Amino acid sequence: MLKSFLLRRLQHTLLLLTLVSMGSFLLLELAPGDFLTETTLNPRISPQTLASLRDRFGLTKSLPERYFYWVRSAAQGEFGISFAYDMPVRALIWPRMLSTLLLTATSLGLAWMIALPLGVWAAARQGSWPDRLLVLSTSGFLSIPELVFACGILIIAAKTQWLRMGGLPLAVCVLTPVSLPLLLRHIRAGVLTASGATYVRAARAHGVSEMRLWFRHVLPAASHPLISLFGLSVAGLLSSSLLVEVVVGWPGLGPLFLEAVGARDFYVVTGVVSLSAIFLAAGTLLADMLLYFCDPRIRMN
Amino acid sequence: MMTDRSTLVEVRSVTKSFTRGRWYSAQRVLALDSVTLSIHCGSTVALVGASGSGKSTLARCIAQMEKPDGGEIWFDGRNLTALAPSACRRFRTRIQLVPQNVAASLNPRWTAAQIVSEPLCVQRWGRANDRLRRSLELIESVGLDSSTLQQNSSHLSGGQRTRLALARALALEPRLLILDESLASLDLLLQAQIINLLIDLQARHSLAYLVIAHDMTLVAAMTDKVVELQQGKIVRQDVYTC
Repeated sequence: MLKSFLLRRLQHTLLLLTLVSMGSFLLLELAPGDFLTETTLNPRISPQTLASLRDRFGLTKSLPERYFYWVRSAAQGEFGISFAYDMPVRALIWPRMLSTLLLTATSLGLAWMIALPLGVWAAARQGSWPDRLLVLSTSGFLSIPELVFACGILIIAAKTQWLRMGGLPLAVCVLTPVSLPLLLRHIRAGVLTASGATYVRAARAHGVSEMRLWFRHVLPAASHPLISLFGLSVAGLLSSSLLVEVVVGWPGLGPLFLEAVGARDFYVVTGVVSLSAIFLAAGTLLADMLLYFCDPRIRMN
Repeated sequence: MMTDRSTLVEVRSVTKSFTRGRWYSAQRVLALDSVTLSIHCGSTVALVGASGSGKSTLARCIAQMEKPDGGEIWFDGRNLTALAPSACRRFRTRIQLVPQNVAASLNPRWTAAQIVSEPLCVQRWGRANDRLRRSLELIESVGLDSSTLQQNSSHLSGGQRTRLALARALALEPRLLILDESLASLDLLLQAQIINLLIDLQARHSLAYLVIAHDMTLVAAMTDKVVELQQGKIVRQDVYTC
């Protein structure tokens, strides 16, 4: 049963990847210009040279032709050639992906480690002053744009010299508070929903101790939405930090992606987008597997 | 049905009020207005009345889930309202309440065995093996098949869930069982079956029942006394002699 489920998920993932790559190809095609448009403005480069460059990059071919070239290249593990760097996209993306993952995994782990106990604690004291303060401050944090927050941290770091510019601690210091409030709110809400369930109140009325109530009734029930949330945050591992990376100068996918979009470096953009889609599929799959092992109801069906 | 004439529960002019609304528009609502009532061992008292008349509040006060503002509740010769909370604990197992929405009071992630043995776990009753044996006994005493023990409670039918909740309430051998419209969501046939089961259990364990009901015709078969509440006051007490 698990096997057929996995097989179905694999099919879904392949379909998703096809659609995402097609979509990114189409959208890039709709944008005016291509990689060589700016070069056309340079009077020192002759039209002949331009034409031969276009031919070399395969820009003269039709869209379906280019797409099939890319699919064949992806199947070989290269994911096309970057025009700007003149190298296979995979070799270009791989080290940057690792450094992005280092940043996002560190800050995600940190955010979960802070948010989980804090959220449960706040939910257990719903309506108390610490809880209200927490809700208020998460709203405050959520309403500050990521960019402004990142710049603020940068200024503080530069003035006080506490954190090295471009280092991992600085980037984590920016990214963790950006993802923390949302996690905290979801965890608090999830635990509140679980602890408000009728059977929890019934158990409390039956004289079940608070300790047993929380660890046997509430937290197992709250784990369901939290596991889905965890899957989603794994899915966002590659894409959540793009903007922050650009601002703090972290050598990850963010700056590369921004540059590639600006320069119409076709295959790099498609490669990064497809990679994010793979992470999305992997994240949801991970959540589903965890749910399967955690919830007796799913296992029995 | 009245096997024993001694008084089990005596409610003496109990008053309870709630505050409704926020502090700037607070209203006091009198839910119980000096209610006096007695329940004999092994007898059945039906509590009827319109919604909002204080039936559930009275049930919750007797089950020690609410503290009355005034008056006394005596159980088996002891004044529960005067006892310290820690001393009250011992009596709580003797009074069990089966809630209005039975299905929702069962944890959907748990098996029937886990649900029935929870009160036993909480009271540190016996060892794991003894508890399992006792759960099986309980399950069979409410007319459920022993194979239900390993089934998930979300997979049970409405009638099975009601029986399961009854088994759980019986686990600690209570003297008084309060049924707060626990049968209201079942169809007529099932209600009749469960009422027969209740009568049977009453004979075996000399249980007293406090049955809260909308529909008197159903519980009439097993009732010794009918008490009607209206806006927190008792307006009628009829004693049937069988």
